This record gives sequence, structure tokens and C-alpha cells, in this order.
Amino acid sequence: MTDNTQLMRFTTAGSVDDGKSTLIGRLLHDSKSIFEDQWESLERSADLAGGSEVNLANLTDGLRSEREQGITIDVAYRYFATPRRKFIIADTPGHVQYTRNMVTGASTANMALVLIDARNGVVEQSKRHAYISSLLGIPHMTVCINKMDLVDYSEERFREIREQFYEFVPQLDIRDITFIPISALKGDNVVSESEHMPWYHGPTLLSHLEDVYIASDWNLKDFRMPVQYVIRPHTDEHHDYRGFSGQIIGGTIKVGDDIGVLPNGARSKVKSIITHKGPADYAFCPQSVSIELEHNIDISRGDTLTALDNLPYTTQDHDAHLCWMHEKGLQLGKKYLIKHGSRTTKVVFKELVNRIDVETLEEVNAPTELKLNDIGRVKFKTMSPLVYDAYKKNRYIGGFVIIDEASNDTVAAGMLRSPEKAQPVPDFTDYAI
Amino acid sequence: MSQYKLSHLELLETEAIHVMREVAAEFERPTLMFSGGKDSIVMLRLAEKAFSPGKIPFPLLNVDTGHNFPELNEFRDRRAKELGAKLIVRTVEDALAKGIATQTPGELSRNRLQIPTLLAAIEEFQFDAALGGARRDEEKARAKERFFSFRDEFGQWEPKKQRPELWNIYNGRVQPGQNMRVFPISNWTEADIWEYIGQEKLDLPHIYFAHDREVVRRKGQWLPVNDLLPPKEGEEVKTLKVRVRTIGDIMTTGCIESDASEIKDILAEVASARVTERGGRADDKVSESSMEDRKREGYF
Ligand SMILES: Nc1nc2c(ncn2[C@@H]2O[C@H](COP(=O)(O)OP(=O)(O)OP(=O)(O)O)[C@@H](O)[C@H]2O)c(=O)[nH]1
Ligand SMILES: [Mg+2]
Repeated sequence: MTDNTQLMRFTTAGSVDDGKSTLIGRLLHDSKSIFEDQWESLERSADLAGGSEVNLANLTDGLRSEREQGITIDVAYRYFATPRRKFIIADTPGHVQYTRNMVTGASTANMALVLIDARNGVVEQSKRHAYISSLLGIPHMTVCINKMDLVDYSEERFREIREQFYEFVPQLDIRDITFIPISALKGDNVVSESEHMPWYHGPTLLSHLEDVYIASDWNLKDFRMPVQYVIRPHTDEHHDYRGFSGQIIGGTIKVGDDIGVLPNGARSKVKSIITHKGPADYAFCPQSVSIELEHNIDISRGDTLTALDNLPYTTQDHDAHLCWMHEKGLQLGKKYLIKHGSRTTKVVFKELVNRIDVETLEEVNAPTELKLNDIGRVKFKTMSPLVYDAYKKNRYIGGFVIIDEASNDTVAAGMLRSPEKAQPVPDFTDYAI
Repeated sequence: MSQYKLSHLELLETEAIHVMREVAAEFERPTLMFSGGKDSIVMLRLAEKAFSPGKIPFPLLNVDTGHNFPELNEFRDRRAKELGAKLIVRTVEDALAKGIATQTPGELSRNRLQIPTLLAAIEEFQFDAALGGARRDEEKARAKERFFSFRDEFGQWEPKKQRPELWNIYNGRVQPGQNMRVFPISNWTEADIWEYIGQEKLDLPHIYFAHDREVVRRKGQWLPVNDLLPPKEGEEVKTLKVRVRTIGDIMTTGCIESDASEIKDILAEVASARVTERGGRADDKVSESSMEDRKREGYF
């Protein structure tokens, strides 16, 4: 493994029983990433279940109730490597009831694998998951048309489903989409080329996973860093050190750069940077760093350090897409907590703008409610201002979660849009002496 | 632009540091579980980096089963001293004496008895967060766990009610009596750990490297012979060149035959391994769900 091995994260998506977990099992098996003791344990449970064949899905279905019911309930993370890349797989549940767990697995993915059962074609849940993947800004999508063995490996059927899928692609926001006919159960086009589908000339799933260009998936343009924690050693050696630590979630920065602090609107210059390698001249997204400034400004957790050109929005009124993830639906006027970057503040929802009808992917205007697993656009106000860019521009500064104050449950995830009103440019106070 | 690229190991590192700082910022009384094992040694280095040039802002906590490898305890104490960190040790022995933990007849391993001991320590010090070095690639129930794993008043994990966790945003809110187990190296594999140990030139207890040791064969494993584990009648004691891959209770942690004396040998060994890291641990073999069951009760 060289120093430059790339890390790629992908997630499965699609309806219940479309074969997501089986596909991951197959991928691990055929890339020789299953260990003997894992295999023995699969064989043991196959014996118990009545001497049938090993169930590849049980490799990721790690909870007892998942194995009992034969469905995935929560995300499972698996890891494997080829000489070219290291992969983090999130195998997510297809069942509507567990959509929140699908969203969890998908939020950090570079690619979504959307599975479709070749017998059933595109169903509502395939659309919901494709839509969520697009909303979450996953840059790459691969549609795996699975169970080709059950439709005689028919090219016609493959084309038909691809057409069905293309029909709603215009409603998605996806840069890159690829279709692959596979059989997760038998292994066709997963790691090795299928003998049954000579009509297919594209890559196998694994070679596609290895080839997709992912280097540009981070935003390296606009410097942003939410301050997470202030490091004050109080030692003789570092007596005056005051480091603002956090993860850079956009752009690059170097010693001597001008820097703004939002929302309070102070400005200063970068005096020193510490990265995971020690003192450094520069740093970049997504490094976790500690930054010292030239001036003694009051900065604490929740503030954001930013470049002075291309400023982020700083406002209390917001417009965002929301995935509601709790049994108790959204209540207008009620106070919730919002966690965005390193800031937690209060929030009140003012207006439900629309809800997505998952069947048609049309927007239904002015809905009366937003319930479990609904996706919609909302307007809301926060007690303290949030500093952000639109989610579309940068996933890591446009995303937030909503927390119920009484139960502490995470009840929703949201993606900020550009605010409607033009933003006043803040008047930065220059502390230069 | 290549100067703005992170390798896979650097990405894992940056993620772990972010998680540790979230814990320091959001919790009032966090602790870092430190056993002297390889994963917790990596955790300690990440914590050093996360708060440099300051000190690690949490005490270290270890549950001593009384069946720990002595080499590990020595290492644990020495490392804590070097760092000037506060080290809290709570023992199963003591928990048994106080009736916090009770042994079931015939129970050899103290793995299960760690659970009440740990929960009592959390209560004693009112910890609201405990950082652990568990990794998702270790075991299939662990593969299901969040970075921030919520535990109720009884220390229990409820796998069907985990909080959604998106991007790098973690919901760390708990009520008094509840706590969070936090796993910054969730996404690291065994190979990543060894690569990192090599890169950072981290010191490790020598038992991770090949050494001569007296062992006996039981249930397909080479178990180390010592006072707690004398050979049974008719068992042949052999001296083999072995090392440990993962360290648990000395009664149930198998050694593997190995010539690996350097990190690069271990990396080669890991790359060609046919069984998982915990494949030699009897505590996981009790049943298909033994890890899940223990985690539900409060195991980390
Ligand atoms: N014939 C055939 N059966 C398949 C194929 N892939 C999966 N299956 C079967 O479909 C069933 C469901 O597979 P899973 O992998 O559990 O489906 P899933 O998408 O993970 O389901 P959830 O996680 O619960 O949403 C199992 O019985 C599999 O054996 C395939 O390519 N061909
Ligand atoms: Mg599944």
C-alpha cells in the first residue's frame, strides 16, 4: 500500500430485498476479502437454517434481528482494499421505516450504488433513495440492475429499466451516472465479467469503483473553518499560545493570510498553523488543524474563520431542504435545536414551502405537515446567526441536523440553500495595530 | 494541486482528531479508555495531536480484569507517566469484592465482568463520555455502531434506536446519568493501525511482536501458560515463536505462531491473514451474537 492510496466511500441504496447486502457480500467474497472464520460463521448459520447455501447478506447483517428477519435495519460499515484504492462501504437498509439509517450511510459517500430488482423495475423506494442521494450531493451514482439471472440475462429488460430510470433523471441533480447489469447472487459483472451477458461491454462494478475520478470531491476554493475548541496550554513553553482548532471544511490557508471571523466580523492574519504533522506553512480541506492569529480577538466555539474574498452567508433566516427522520412530525412554531458546524443554537420552523411526492418526484406546495421520512423545503429562523454556503456548493458547511430539546433525539437532517435576500457584506473590524 | 491531497491514512487521522475535539468541547467529564493495547496506543497519539501543544484534556481509564497481560499493565502505567496524564484504574477484583460484579460458576474469562466494573467506574466519576478504540472492522455488531454511541442510564446500547449521524456532525447531547461512548477510529482497519504505528514510530508492548513463549493447545488456539493458566493433565507445554494479534483476557486470548519482529513483517502478515483479528478470541465465539449481547449490556 503506497502513501497515496485513495480512500473512496460508497453506499448502497434501493428498495428492500433488491439485493444490496448480497451484493456487498459478493463483492467482498470475489475480491477475496472474506476471512475463514467469517466464512465458517456463515456456514454455521446456514447449517442451522437447514443446510441451505451460505447467505452472503449475513456478512453485513450483523444484528440478531436482521438475521432473523432477513432484512437490514441499520447501516453496516465494511472495509476492503484493492492495490489501487481503499474502500469504506456503507450497506444501508431498503425498508422505508429505516430511511434515516440510509441517510446516515449516504451522507459521506463519494458514490451511491442504487440497486434495482430486474423483475420489478424502478419502484417508489428506488426513486426515494436516488432522490435522497442526489439531495445529499453524492457526486457519482451507479445503478446496478440486479437479479439479471431471474430475467434470463435479458438485454431488453436491462434497456427497459434504464429507460424507466432515465425518465426521472432530469429531476435529480447528478453529475455522473452509470448502469451495470449484475447478479449479486451469482456474481455476474460484480468482480468478474459475466459469461451470460455478452451484449454488455461496460466495466464490472469493481473496476468502475476503482476508476471513478474522486479527487475533486472536496471544495478547495473558499476557506472555511468552524472553530471547534480553543487550545490554551498554559505552560511555560507555550505561555501565550491560543490556537483555534477545527477541521477545515473548505479551501486552503497559509501563514500570513488575512482572515475574517464570523458572525462577529473581526479580522486578523494567520500567525501559525499546526497540522497533524506539526507546525506547517499551509493547510487545506479537510485537515484538522490549529490556527493562531496575530491579534487577540475574542473567538470561541461556534465562530467560523473564513477567507475575506468570497464570503459565506451570515444570517438568522434560512431556507433549506429537510429530511424528517422522527416518528413525531415537524411542528411549526416549536423550538428545536440546530447543530451546524460547531454551533448549536435554537431554531423555529416558520413555513413549509413544499414536500416532495416520492412517487412522481414533484413538489407539492404548502403541505400541512412533514412526517417521518418526508423530504421537503422549509423556512426557519435561528436564535444565533449561522455562517454557511449553500449545501450544493459545499456539503460540509451547508449541512445541519435538528435535535429535539426534550429527548435529545436527532429528528431531521437539512441542506441549506442560498438565502433569498441579498446579504449585506459585513463590516470587518480591522484590529491591525 | 497534488500538495492538497490527503492519503487514506491522513483522512482517517483528520476524522479521528475532529471527533476527539468534539468530545473535549461538548462534554463536561469525558475520559479516554486506555489499556496499553495497540488501538488505544494509536488513540493516545491522536489525542496528543488533537490538543497539541496543549495537554490531553481527559483522564485515562482502564478496567483491569486481573487477567490482563502483565506486559500491558507495565506499558499502560509507563505511558501515562510519560504523558503526565491522570490514569484511573478500576479492577474486576475490587468489583467482585464489592458485589458490583458476580462470577458465574465455571466462567474462566473476565471479559463479561468488565462490563459492571466499567459501568461502576463511569458512575463513580460521573463520566458523560468515554472514548474507546473499538473499530468497525473488528466484528459484525461493531460494524453497526455510530461514532457517537448513545448509552442510557443503565449503560445499555440499543442498536435499533441509534441516532442518525451525518457528515461530520455529531449529536453529543445526553441527560445526567446517560453517557456517550465515542469511537474516533471507527473507520480504521487492522492494517491502518499497523501502518500508523509504523509511520508514527509508536512504542508497543513487546508481546505484539514475535517472541518465545510457553503455550498449550486448547480448542484450536495456542494459549499462554502462566500462573492463572497452568497446563492441564496430559497437555503438552510447547515453546513456540508467537505473537498476539489482539489482546483481551489472558485466559482466552490466543497467540499466533509468527516470525514477525518488525512492523513491516506484521503488515505483510496482516495482508495475507486468513482469519480476522478477533478470530482467536473465545469471548466472541460464544455465539453469533455474543458481541451484540455484551454491547447491549454496556461493553464498549
Ligand atoms: N436470484 C437472485 N437472487 C438475489 C440476487 N441478489 C439478491 N438476491 C436475493 O434477494 C434476497 C434479498 O437480498 P438482500 O441482499 O438481503 O436484500 P437487501 O437489498 O440487502 O435488503 P434490505 O437490506 O432489507 O433492504 C435474498 O434472498 C437474496 O438471496 C440475485 O442477483 N439473484
Ligand atoms: Mg440489506
